[in-house]
Amino acid sequence: MTAATSAEHIALVRGVLARRGHEQGGLLPILHEVQDALGHIPADVVPEIASVLNLSRAEVHGVITYYHHFRATPAAGKVVQICRAESCKAMGADALLAHAQQHLGCAVHGHSADGAFTLEPVYCLGLCAQSPAIMLGDELHACVSPQRFDELIAEARSTP
Amino acid sequence: MNTTVYVPRDSGALAAGADRVARRIADEAAKRGVAITLVRNGSRGLFWLEPLVEVNTPQGRIAYGPVTVGDVGSLFDAAFHTGGEHALRLGPTDDIPYLKKQERLTFARMGVTDPLSLPDYIAHEGFAGLKRALTLQPAQIVQEVLDSGLRGRGGAAFPAGIKWKTVLATPAEQKYIVCNADEGDSGTFSDRMTMEGDPYMLIEGMTIAGIATGATKGFIYVRSEYPHAIAALNEAIRRAESEGYLGRNLLGSTHHFSLEVRKAAGSYVCGEETALLESLEGKRGIVRAKPPVPALVGLFGQPTVINNVITLATVPLIVARGASFYKDYGMGRSRGTLPIQLAGNIKYGGLVEKAFGVTLRELLYDYGGGTASGRPVKAVQVGGPLGAYLPESQWDVPLDYEAYAALGAVVGHGGIVVHDDTADLSQLARYAMEFCAIESCGKCTPCRIGSTRGVEVIDKITANQNRPIPLQQEVQLLRDLCDTMVNGSLCAMGGMTPYPVLSALNHYPQDFGIAAPANKAA
Repeated sequence: MTAATSAEHIALVRGVLARRGHEQGGLLPILHEVQDALGHIPADVVPEIASVLNLSRAEVHGVITYYHHFRATPAAGKVVQICRAESCKAMGADALLAHAQQHLGCAVHGHSADGAFTLEPVYCLGLCAQSPAIMLGDELHACVSPQRFDELIAEARSTP
Repeated sequence: MNTTVYVPRDSGALAAGADRVARRIADEAAKRGVAITLVRNGSRGLFWLEPLVEVNTPQGRIAYGPVTVGDVGSLFDAAFHTGGEHALRLGPTDDIPYLKKQERLTFARMGVTDPLSLPDYIAHEGFAGLKRALTLQPAQIVQEVLDSGLRGRGGAAFPAGIKWKTVLATPAEQKYIVCNADEGDSGTFSDRMTMEGDPYMLIEGMTIAGIATGATKGFIYVRSEYPHAIAALNEAIRRAESEGYLGRNLLGSTHHFSLEVRKAAGSYVCGEETALLESLEGKRGIVRAKPPVPALVGLFGQPTVINNVITLATVPLIVARGASFYKDYGMGRSRGTLPIQLAGNIKYGGLVEKAFGVTLRELLYDYGGGTASGRPVKAVQVGGPLGAYLPESQWDVPLDYEAYAALGAVVGHGGIVVHDDTADLSQLARYAMEFCAIESCGKCTPCRIGSTRGVEVIDKITANQNRPIPLQQEVQLLRDLCDTMVNGSLCAMGGMTPYPVLSALNHYPQDFGIAAPANKAA
């Protein structure tokens, strides 16, 4: 990571902290804003957040690493989330996940060789009457067969 | 004539392509010079029919579905905007048997109204509860909720009125209302539908809770997996504030109540109320030991009402129509209705609101139509990932908190996940332990370590099925482990993970290789 990007990160985080640093229990909203803006929560912003919120760096680090949603490194390309929970399992989610791994050529939490997709498991998208469900970027898709998965990935590749 | 056309905005409809259908309908109407008003309503909860398009006609609302982008042209050719005949025409929406047989109290407006329209909400009994609450003393509101018999719909089924009464009786400078919208259970989506499809109902319920207990600030803690619910709530809160339904001097009264949506971050255990409070305080979502209960020492150490979305959303109706109206539904100590969610391998998955007492068999076949795969139903998990698997012998037990407890099962949040005969219950039991290992907050040992040991023991059992003696010892070990988790865990995460595991083991031993024929074991 270059010094320039680190300085940019810190500038952004200072802006977020100036607005939200006073909120009670504001650490999660702050982390969400940082991740929404940068795609991840870089390690170099942790001391800044800790000092403004009067927390130890360990406490901030502990929160970031506790929650599945927060990422310490950016995701490659679009995030593909495949539901692994019971309802989707009852409709072939395990086979869909295996298919996705093969199709994208990566393991869960990994990314496709071309860097266009990051594959993540998710535990329920609330579309349980239309299993199996996935989320591709910020779009939800219901009743996704392996064939439909391939179509969606192809569409996503052609529309950046 | 200007016809109103409804295309749902619920996530379930969006996931089936509703946005594209809505755009195509608008384009096609413009092209053909047909005057329509397009309303993005909530979902009726008949998800196999989504996107379910409705039109307003003199004969009432007529439904068409499931509509794809490719159907839109032929729908206009058939003059669907006047209720014209078409292969997708389902007739009057209210006459669809799946809907007609329901008892929709909490979900009465669902799919009917534009979720973000305040005039629409008010035209459908909206804020009647709040207006009545403003004429009552706090203790009278609490009594109404107590008398209704309303119990926590999140899963624990604790009487909502008791929590409220405790908070009302505890003096403090600042009290809070917290809505648990961390609906992480697989097979459940009624909270999501409520937030997306009728957000003012939740806002009204929380506001009444605030007036009843003296709390002036509320938080809605919503899963990060529900972006559409978060957006709908934020917009609804903004509009409610601008019209005086939230903020200072509610509707000109002396009461104040403000609301804030907080986005969760993907931790299942944060659906446990004390872990949720920790998370709201900006910490890791680690479970707190109880006592003290949150009603005494809750958010930021203050007295806090923490209820599930459906619990709070049911309050406006109870206060508007009176406790006895609600209490007349249901059976035993399970009063009122439950928005039940049919999910998994089921032909007609969706939202079925019924009074307590309905049986699983009615839900599976009269509503659900059996499996989506057409194969026999093998097991039904009721109440989310921590709920038991019920075999056919238990499908005639009425849905009732006490009747289910007697089976070693739970009603939970009302999620029903169906598995057909291809399901391997030993693998579903293993998954329950694996999920617990992934999601355990780590505070107590039975949950943190027990779940990992559970996965290992189940693997040994399923690998050892041809060797009966060690197998029996391994099975005993699994039972002992479950016993330790049930009795030694701090919260339901570790304490209830054994429910699916033991029910799978007890009712489907053959899947673990236990009831294998003697000749196979030799």
